[in-house]
Amino acid sequence: MSVTALPAAAPSRLRLGLRAVLVGAVLVLAAMPVLNQLPSDHALHVSDFLVSVTGKWICYAILALSLDLAWGYAGILSLGHGAFFALGGYAMGMHLMRLIGPRGVYGHPVLPDFMVFLGYQELPWYWLGFDSFAFAMLMVLVVPGLLAFVLGFLCFRSRITGVYFSIITQAMTYALMLAFFRNDMGFGGNNGFTDFKELLGMPLNTSSARAALFYASLVALVGCYLVCRWLTATKYGRVLTAIRDAESRVRFLGYSVTQHKLFAFVLSAMMAGLAGALYVPQVGIINPGEFSPGNSIEAVVWVAVGGRGTLVGAVLGAFSVNGLKTWLTSAAPDLWLFVLGGLFVLVTLFLPRGLIGLLQGRPK
Amino acid sequence: MKGRRLYLDGVSVVFDGFRALNNLALIVEPGELRAVIGPNGAGKTTMMDVITGKTRPTEGIVSFGDADLTRMDEAAIANLGIGRKFQKPTVFDALTVFENLELALKAPRGPIACIRWALTGEAKSRIEATMQEIGLTERAQDKAGILSHGQRQWLEIGMLLMQDPDLMLVDEPVAGMTDAETEHTAALLVRIAGRRSVVVVEHDLEFVRALNCRVTVLAEGSLLSEGSIDHVQNDERVIEVYLGR
Ligand SMILES: Nc1ncnc2c1ncn2[C@@H]1O[C@H](COP(=O)(O)OP(=O)(O)OP(=O)(O)O)[C@@H](O)[C@H]1O
Ligand SMILES: [Mg+2]
Repeated sequence: MSVTALPAAAPSRLRLGLRAVLVGAVLVLAAMPVLNQLPSDHALHVSDFLVSVTGKWICYAILALSLDLAWGYAGILSLGHGAFFALGGYAMGMHLMRLIGPRGVYGHPVLPDFMVFLGYQELPWYWLGFDSFAFAMLMVLVVPGLLAFVLGFLCFRSRITGVYFSIITQAMTYALMLAFFRNDMGFGGNNGFTDFKELLGMPLNTSSARAALFYASLVALVGCYLVCRWLTATKYGRVLTAIRDAESRVRFLGYSVTQHKLFAFVLSAMMAGLAGALYVPQVGIINPGEFSPGNSIEAVVWVAVGGRGTLVGAVLGAFSVNGLKTWLTSAAPDLWLFVLGGLFVLVTLFLPRGLIGLLQGRPK
Repeated sequence: MKGRRLYLDGVSVVFDGFRALNNLALIVEPGELRAVIGPNGAGKTTMMDVITGKTRPTEGIVSFGDADLTRMDEAAIANLGIGRKFQKPTVFDALTVFENLELALKAPRGPIACIRWALTGEAKSRIEATMQEIGLTERAQDKAGILSHGQRQWLEIGMLLMQDPDLMLVDEPVAGMTDAETEHTAALLVRIAGRRSVVVVEHDLEFVRALNCRVTVLAEGSLLSEGSIDHVQNDERVIEVYLGR
């Protein structure tokens, strides 16, 4: 290879092929809500169920991307990314609750039903502002980002890495789950939020709302993918890779590992929050179950199955594992957890580079 | 040349009661080339650990110019202008030779600066010149993970050059190198000293002689002897604990 061609090698045929497949996949996804409008006996008709389940998977794919940025590139194995997803979801849920207005069962002009039921006289201070869409969207990013910043700062500065960090993140999401289960937290206790009516003036539970949320999620997925792709192609991405492979060596080059990891972790948490915010109006509910430690572990399995450190792999993993889950939970519901665990073991042992590794063939 | 001297005095490092360094004193003048020799376990690597912030001394003074190195972390010390090559060569396996050098190249180190980093013609030609120097031009686009031990040594030396430090600590650079490469390394180190201080740890006395510089002998964590290579080679105590074996 000639020196003058450095460092931007021409995109390989594999790269170009991959790009074509990705564009094709996005087009197929984008066609789904349109095909949903066809008469139900039409050969190309896509069912409501498939559209809504795919909308959910797109959100999961964003979560997987965010995890891949932290884990696949920076080597930060977070077993608590479900918490960032859930916090984004709760922030969106609070906005949706405020939009219900007087249409609740109790008909209170401001207070959500659960607050009337629990005898609240006025909105808790932390619910203020959530009537504004812009403010709620800001919180979707800020709340997970802030939590990641505090947790990351404390851990990275003290050089807590590897399995210790993973355990701390599990504990974090578990603690949040317990906290959100409490009625006196002001987040609806174990019922969480549901019965949403509208978003941005658009009534939910209509096929046009479903399509709009589907497209919003798809745009977010493509956007997050492009941001991650760009970021990991910069020198910053190479610093992250270096930290992943030889953290202590990077310090002797003068890089503050704490700063670099923190940046990636916070960005990743914000992306997870965004995914949660898009998820909640599509499924119509958010409750503390979203914080359950198992959710975070499942997200790690998606990334591992797809192939970490590749971005595309994370998306592929999220779709394929969730596809399998949706099929299996109707075919043989008791088996799912065994299959999930087995999948993780198999991939770790035999497919360390995941499904993407299978497609790419031998490493360069 | 930035006129800062490395100054160690009364430095001790104790690991679980074991004294890896014991009341060590060392002064390296600006621009000086210094060789450090001594038997296995003498504390040579530990001395470098103390200077680069990897290990905190139990007691003693460690300073570079007027900066107190015992109060700074590894990254801050590196940014002060102290670079290091490790005894066990450590490069980033998943990155190419070119990318390893680019990462080491002296430039702002924050996340935002790294995101906005664009490879200028000047940076590129510096990297290419270094690849020429370390003989890895042909391997520019190869992942560092597939290099041989000797090539990894060279790559790490190259990374050290890219950092352009005022003080270079080089731990056993010629292990795994051929005779010709060893000569090349000695010539390289002699050439780059002067503009900066260089401290080289090495067991290969042929190589140390080729450096033609002041030699410090460590044993059991303390200074045993210091002077020209001929001086230390004829020192009774050095012969007894090190050379005579
Ligand atoms: N982190 C540590 N914990 C405990 N003991 C250590 C540690 N690091 C070094 N030592 C001990 O300190 C002593 C000095 O080690 P050091 O690596 O500095 O020797 P050296 O002179 O570089 O030897 P070599 O020529 O083999 O590289 C050795 O006995 C070593 O076992
Ligand atoms: Mg050593």
